[in-house]
Amino acid sequence: MSDFIALWPGAASAYSREVDLLIGAFTVLIVALSAPVFILIVVFATKYRRGKPANRRHAPDRNVWLEVSWTLVPFLLLIGFYIWSTHLFAGLYHPPAEALEIDVIAKQWMWKFRHPEGQGEINELHVPAGEPVRLVMASQDVVHSLFVPALRLKQDVVPGRYTSMWFTADTPGTYRLACAEFCGADHSVMGGSVVVMEPADYARWLEETGTDRTLAAEGAVLFRQRGCSGCHDPASTVHAPDLAGLYMRPVPLESGGTVIADAQYLRDSILLPQAQIAAGYPPIMPTFANVLDEEEVLKLVAYIQSLKGGKERQ
Amino acid sequence: MTLQERPDRENLADTGLSETPAERVSYLRAGHTLKSWLLTTDHKRIAILYLISITFFFFVGGAAAALVRLDLLTPAGDLLSNEGYNRAFTLHGVIMVWFFLIPSIPNTFGNFLLPLMIGARDLAFPRLNLLSWYIFMLAGLLTLAVLILGGVDTGWTFYTPLSSMFAHGQVVLAATAVFVAGFSSILTGLNFIVTVHKLRCPGMTWGRLPLFVWSIYATSLILVLATPVLSITLALIAAERLFGLGVFDPAVGGDPLLYQHLFWFYSHPAVYIMVLPALGVVSELVAAAARKPIFGYAFVAGSSMAIAVLGFFVWGHHMFVSGQSMYASAVFSFLSIAVAIPSGVKVYNWTATLYKGHISLDPPFLFAMAFIGLFVVGGLTGLILAMLAVDVHVHDTYFVVAHFHYIMVGGAVSAFFGALHFWWPKMFGRRYSLVWGRLSALLIFLGFNLTFFPQFLLGYLGMPRRYHVYPPEFQVLHVLSSAGAGILGLAYLMPFAYLFYALRYGPPAGDNPWGVTGLEWQTRSPPPKHNFDAVPVVDGPPYDYHVEMEGDEDG
Repeated sequence: MSDFIALWPGAASAYSREVDLLIGAFTVLIVALSAPVFILIVVFATKYRRGKPANRRHAPDRNVWLEVSWTLVPFLLLIGFYIWSTHLFAGLYHPPAEALEIDVIAKQWMWKFRHPEGQGEINELHVPAGEPVRLVMASQDVVHSLFVPALRLKQDVVPGRYTSMWFTADTPGTYRLACAEFCGADHSVMGGSVVVMEPADYARWLEETGTDRTLAAEGAVLFRQRGCSGCHDPASTVHAPDLAGLYMRPVPLESGGTVIADAQYLRDSILLPQAQIAAGYPPIMPTFANVLDEEEVLKLVAYIQSLKGGKERQ
Repeated sequence: MTLQERPDRENLADTGLSETPAERVSYLRAGHTLKSWLLTTDHKRIAILYLISITFFFFVGGAAAALVRLDLLTPAGDLLSNEGYNRAFTLHGVIMVWFFLIPSIPNTFGNFLLPLMIGARDLAFPRLNLLSWYIFMLAGLLTLAVLILGGVDTGWTFYTPLSSMFAHGQVVLAATAVFVAGFSSILTGLNFIVTVHKLRCPGMTWGRLPLFVWSIYATSLILVLATPVLSITLALIAAERLFGLGVFDPAVGGDPLLYQHLFWFYSHPAVYIMVLPALGVVSELVAAAARKPIFGYAFVAGSSMAIAVLGFFVWGHHMFVSGQSMYASAVFSFLSIAVAIPSGVKVYNWTATLYKGHISLDPPFLFAMAFIGLFVVGGLTGLILAMLAVDVHVHDTYFVVAHFHYIMVGGAVSAFFGALHFWWPKMFGRRYSLVWGRLSALLIFLGFNLTFFPQFLLGYLGMPRRYHVYPPEFQVLHVLSSAGAGILGLAYLMPFAYLFYALRYGPPAGDNPWGVTGLEWQTRSPPPKHNFDAVPVVDGPPYDYHVEMEGDEDG
């Protein structure tokens, strides 16, 4: 590809090449569906121009099957493509369990990334090639959208909830990363790059990059600083749920029903504790919505996730 | 079709027809004072009022687009500041959507033609019709106030919590303007629905309605059913911004996705408000150009209704990457494919109508051809966007920008110009230069494609929309697009020159300059104040042209 003009984006994953194949094949289909219209309009406009002699006698009967066929055949072809595309899309919702999890915080107008061992970076994301990576994303303010054209992937980052996106990049290199959802004045400069590295280089990069503490360790400090431990410590006299081994366990609710204690539930319980109260506990927890920012919430959630169950044996 | 006399021809008050001699000459002669225009209840004069106002807004919105395209000539943002650029594209979107596209064909040509086409002397509620124009102008003035007070920078979509809690501009005022404009839409829609139900002349059965009337009817249903949802949503934004009522911002207990659902529940059907009337116009133009009945009248009329109904169930395709459920996305993707079918039926039926016709290459037909070409590209790229895996990549990029401009500008605006060229002789009684008309149709088609086709490539390359600053490798395509916009701008200005010239110097048009069917062509050009000298009676199908059949004597 020349520097003068780009005509096709680079591809950095098997998934992105599949999307290219899908759109290529689909383009062939739509050209085939529309070509008759374009050609026939021009042909008819020439051949049957007003005043020009031509055979204009119509067959006495309408060909109903012709009409049905030009509705039905395109529809069936489209259904085929619908299945193909939806199948590809569904894969985006099923990340491999062993995926490397990187936390992402979006705010006006920057991207902050935190690797599992605590390495942080801004507007630049280093990932190993050939390994699945899952981004868990939260927004500090408005809706943003993480867009990596070379991966053909994009996911809105919405305040008030976690969204995620996963990929396996396979070609080392530096790729553009952008915000795709309009987010205010400097939307168009809220970009950066994704650096895909050989796994060995990635490991070296992790080592070289200063790491203070892991997310979970920072969360443990916050857990004491903000007074969470006063109630949730197993030794506490206050009747509050024990958090050890809580992550991904079903929690019976006071209001009836059960929820799985996933990241979203943990987050909501910190910020909106009155919304879903665990059965058998008094509704005494105050909200931390105005005390913690998104990054601190992520750290606390990481800490709670890291607490292995004492009673639970798996 | 024949014109039949009512019993008491002498008593004009009884027949409800034009009373004074001046009124009987033409609606344009029935009063020359400013008051006779500003307080008129004549649907034709109100149509002209709308035509003037939306043309004004078209130029305001076009000026904003020109700023945007000029700024995008270079990758760095050097003409405007980031903030200024955001205000420019927001203004472009708000004005073009609510103050040009939505009222464009329904409120001008719908207003002018609907009573004429069904043989009525006016709309069902003439004073409501005038009120609707005043409300529209009030909303327009509020929008201009937004512009003067510094603008708004949320994009026309007003996404929360950006709009409700973070943006600095005149969000509440802009939302109020759109809120007010909504009432104009609702009143007009209601007026059209009642008119079609109650004021059809004798013999004008539902199966004999011109296809333009069918499409305006379908559009009116959407106007009445969808607009209130937008109004409520905008009111909620104002409530959250002014009083901190937690509806959409999670920081105060709201949900930003709720906003997107509500907004698109209106705004997707709104696309059909813009394009359905255009489809109706093109059906008229194609039949007139080919001098043949529309192929499969019932299918074409039914497809308008099908689009209006299905259009309410596809809004979620704007939200495939928003974080909505995977299953919701799969359903919306499927329904979006389904809505393409009635549109496809129309296109194929128009093509079939041309088969063995007597096709004239006058300007209205060239605009119709331009419409079909651009609408097909816009529609098929819409199918690409309905494919989930592809949309994840091209969502919120220039691919989407190109797609909806093909539908809303290439489609709706081409049809608007087609309608203007087709019915201009009827509206003003003058012919215009056909040569200039053909030339502008051609230039609009070429300029449009040069502007927007490169944007499909930009989108797939990963150029996000609403970007002031962009990577240098995209510059060549942006320069092509801006060059096309220059041609397109000039091409849009051209008709104003020769149409205005024709207004004064054009030769008289005669009642039926194109030699076509339809009640509006049976009265004078321009029509008398109350449209017909006698109440028309319809006794045949629409588009009742002679068709040579095999075995006929002649031909």
